[in-house]
Amino acid sequence: MELFTNQVLAGIATGAIYACMALAVVMIYQAIDHLNFAQGEMAMFSTFISWQLMQWGVPYWVAFVLTLVFAFIGGIAIERILFKPLTKAPILTNVAGFIALFSIINSSAGLIWDFTIKQYPTPFGSSPFLGSQLISTHQAGMIGVTLLLLVGLFFFFQYTRIGLSMRAAASLPESARLVGINTSWMIALGWGMASAIGAIAGMLIAPVVFLEPNMMVGVLLYGFAAAVLGGLTSPLGAVVGGFLMGVFENLVGTYIPGVGNELKLPIALALIISVLVVKPAGLFGRQIVKRV
Amino acid sequence: MTTLLNVKDLRAYYGQVQALHGLSFSLSEGSLTTLLGANGAGKTTTLRAICNMVRSTGGIEFDGKPLNNRSTESIVRFGIAHVPQGRGTFTTMTVEENLQLGAITRKDSAGIVSDIERMYAHFPVLKQRHTQQAGTLSGGEQQMLAVARALMLRPRLMLLDEPSFGLAPLVVRDLFGILGKINREDKVSILVVEQNAQLALELADQAYVIETGRIVMSGNAKDIANNEEIRKSYLGY
Repeated sequence: MELFTNQVLAGIATGAIYACMALAVVMIYQAIDHLNFAQGEMAMFSTFISWQLMQWGVPYWVAFVLTLVFAFIGGIAIERILFKPLTKAPILTNVAGFIALFSIINSSAGLIWDFTIKQYPTPFGSSPFLGSQLISTHQAGMIGVTLLLLVGLFFFFQYTRIGLSMRAAASLPESARLVGINTSWMIALGWGMASAIGAIAGMLIAPVVFLEPNMMVGVLLYGFAAAVLGGLTSPLGAVVGGFLMGVFENLVGTYIPGVGNELKLPIALALIISVLVVKPAGLFGRQIVKRV
Repeated sequence: MTTLLNVKDLRAYYGQVQALHGLSFSLSEGSLTTLLGANGAGKTTTLRAICNMVRSTGGIEFDGKPLNNRSTESIVRFGIAHVPQGRGTFTTMTVEENLQLGAITRKDSAGIVSDIERMYAHFPVLKQRHTQQAGTLSGGEQQMLAVARALMLRPRLMLLDEPSFGLAPLVVRDLFGILGKINREDKVSILVVEQNAQLALELADQAYVIETGRIVMSGNAKDIANNEEIRKSYLGY
């Protein structure tokens, strides 16, 4: 039983990271109808920025905030420079753009910081959380930061005018323009926020997976799986999908003989396929009610 | 009366296809003007050209200021509210959120709150359903919501694209009654595009008739309604 609880809690902790990545993916998907394959690389690069700042002697939380600012501006810049000109381009052109972005960021990180694995600090420490062997303080920190972020985002989108504008621009761009919303900037803002959310995920997971240019590849795959499971049209679904994914991954790895660490990732992919076959809209992807 | 909207030699294109062939008309402040014409005559295109949602050449002046080459969202900020064909309802959002979106360019939060109450007074059914997802409203209710959303801008000019489309005759009567009231009481100038010519002419004071992208007739709405020849050849009733 203790093994079970332990695995579930650890799953929730990594699930928090998947939830962040899934949320970032869904935000951009809602705005431009494309999956951002480079979401993980953007997060990885931001994490390197924070690491570099700490190497220069900046304290953790200052580096954390500065990195969020960098990621936010960087996300907006990527949208303005690369994807705004591609707005009306065919889907394959966009896919090529994402792949280009992926390899540009990956290689630049390798060039600047090389491909060796680096230690990344945690501000929470890694002692047992509240004296319990079930979960470490860092894992508790991952869950806590993610929950704070989610609550903050919920209030932002539900109760602020700019959040309302962003939702309107994503759901019906033409109507949004007709009430005076600058939809183009709302998309850029979405990119900035998604990039910053990814940066948070990167900085939280780096102490676990260690810092290196390919650190986010696996994480992003789980993020995609989570987004598909929850429904690509639903931010709430993405988050729930993330947590489910984390727990599912751990339980499968622990209890199904022969799965172990190597086979966990294929199981995530199998899950994507089964969801797409059985319930293509995902758990929370809503069938929009419409009357004509 | 001063001219609020002045359209001169408007030509509009969908790709290579020209939809408007040098169309000119004007609308005076405080008036309720209707654009009539058959399917495909260019009524919707005219409204879309005013808001720069279709490529066009020619002069469009609002209150003496040229609107050409401005983005749709900046034209809205001049006080032009456009209720598009199909109503443009944010179906996944609540009724109240739709109203707030109508006022998204305004900064006076107290005014917005009182305007939402005013809309609920105009359209009591919206108050009953204010927390409901807008997509679950009936066609007539959605049209009411679309008009209310447009009014939330406190517009000087409201553009309405076939508000009667798909609505039961009684609902249309209701709606047109409210439009007349808004025009008189709130001093909102209205340009309404309609296929239901009879009803539109009862409501409007000025009328223009479009055929294949050109104005073929203009004048006082009553005169046009009383002219049997025009009615038969252009309006089909």
